[in-house]
Amino acid sequence: MPIDYLPILVMVVVVVAFAAIALTLSSLTGPRHPTAAKLEPYESGMPPFGSARRRISIKYYLTAVLFILFDIEIIFFYPWAVLFRQLKLFGLVEMGVFVLILLIGYVYVWRKGGFNWD
Amino acid sequence: MPILVPDINLRIIAPALIVTVTAIVVLLGELVTPAERKRWLGYLSIAGLVVAAFAAFSLWGANASGFSGMVVADNFGLFLTLTIALSAALSILLSIPFIHAHEIDQGEYYVLLLASVAGMIVMATATDLIVIFLGLELLSLPLYILAAFQREDTRSLEAGIKYFLLGAFSSAFFLYGIALVFGATGTTNLAKIAASLAQSAGSPMLSIGVGLLMVGFAFKVALVPFHWWTPDVYDGAPTTVTAFMSVAVKAAAFGAFFRTFQFALPALALDWRAVAAVLAVLTMTLGNVAALLQSNVKRMLAYSSIAHAGYILIALVAMSANGLSSALFYLLAYTVTNLGAFGAVIALSDGARERLEIKDFAGAAREHPLVALALTICLLSLAGFPPFAGFVGKFLIFGAAVETGWAWLAVIGVLNSLVSVYFYLRPVVQMYMSEPAEGWSGIRVAPLVALALLIAVISVIALGVFPAPAIALAAGGLIR
Repeated sequence: MPIDYLPILVMVVVVVAFAAIALTLSSLTGPRHPTAAKLEPYESGMPPFGSARRRISIKYYLTAVLFILFDIEIIFFYPWAVLFRQLKLFGLVEMGVFVLILLIGYVYVWRKGGFNWD
Repeated sequence: MPILVPDINLRIIAPALIVTVTAIVVLLGELVTPAERKRWLGYLSIAGLVVAAFAAFSLWGANASGFSGMVVADNFGLFLTLTIALSAALSILLSIPFIHAHEIDQGEYYVLLLASVAGMIVMATATDLIVIFLGLELLSLPLYILAAFQREDTRSLEAGIKYFLLGAFSSAFFLYGIALVFGATGTTNLAKIAASLAQSAGSPMLSIGVGLLMVGFAFKVALVPFHWWTPDVYDGAPTTVTAFMSVAVKAAAFGAFFRTFQFALPALALDWRAVAAVLAVLTMTLGNVAALLQSNVKRMLAYSSIAHAGYILIALVAMSANGLSSALFYLLAYTVTNLGAFGAVIALSDGARERLEIKDFAGAAREHPLVALALTICLLSLAGFPPFAGFVGKFLIFGAAVETGWAWLAVIGVLNSLVSVYFYLRPVVQMYMSEPAEGWSGIRVAPLVALALLIAVISVIALGVFPAPAIALAAGGLIR
């Protein structure tokens, strides 16, 4: 029912109102001393240099894709680890199959030279 | 809280499992196979498909479901599984010499093709919207790569990118449709959706969700007005990939389309049959009229595949047992016929140089009478001439439509078939009635291509002359 979502609407209104009030008040009442250092995009960071549209080696792309591939798999280990005792042998075998398939992918990437930088 | 482990029933997903394992073995084989023996990976893939087909056949009539009602092995799904395995095996037969001639013979080609087949089988046997989506993605992702497999060819890359972008877009539609259907009925299981609809007539939310599901399916099977990607992708992709895509994706996606709409949503208040009828008319008409204007064979066959999707949609509109079996028969007939047509086009190519313009076919009958005859038979079958498979398929579909009171739709289908005769016969006229073009001498048809062509043509004639056994198999394919 739409009425059930009323609290969410109330919260949205409160959040928007709070942000608007806080920003308006601080800009009206706060002191203002602009200096060169303060006007930089990142106050304590590195000064930006060069164009942001530099060419970047395509090798980073492969690295990033491989990272995502093998990193995402870790997510599946967490629920499995939490429920390991309840899943018993079934869970162990299933995870074994899963890891084996991953390992084949790893061997494939390795043998194809996916980890070589040069 | 105890964990609910779903009932693991590996037997009913054996065909998909066998194909997956074959894909993994071929992937490992690719690492150890020297370049000149890559064709053995193709033979290995075919062997895996044959074993998967036997597994599907041994399940015939089992009507078992598993994984908490998410996957089913009913005759409908198994018939489609066999059709998909056949189309993949024939495509690989065509591919082995083709990818060698084009210097793209890598084992990954077969791995991707098999992965796509696994997705198709999952999609055809799934009884849960989430699993259907899983199959849809698994079949699509490898195809995006396969479409761009000729990496040196910008048109192939363009095909891959276009297919990927529009495919991802349609997946989003489909997923949003699932979300809305889930919101309206509280389940993604097709049987439970049907049960929930039997109690209440549905809500606007459900209607919108069903509409989005239809858009998602329409993208995949290329129904007008969701067909724009088809000519460019079919034209740019390697010819063997086009051949495979044009038949197998249709079989899998139409399988899930029928299962979702005819099985889960017959009681929906919104009359989706009227929508589907309009889509069918648009698809048939635009596909055939656009095919009239093509001078390139691949583009012509692309528009013809759009038109054929329209014919099959008539069977869904009929929404009867006969409609279902006629669609299954039509998908099988279309599979062998279209693969035969593409096989003949591949057979007439000169190494890496393909003849894709219709005028290039001039005089082919004098140099290659058998290939020309095979192409003629397949094109006549696509046009719906007796005694070929396409005729029986059209006859069954139009019959199912007339039976259920959609005679006007059948009439439009027949009129469209008449229009299609013109463009299907243009290459035939070129082959038989024109002076030979240059460069025919010295072309050898690869034995594997000849074998695939032979299997396809024999099937086209057999299904046309003795359709009864296949019709009986298809008629047993009631959705469970």
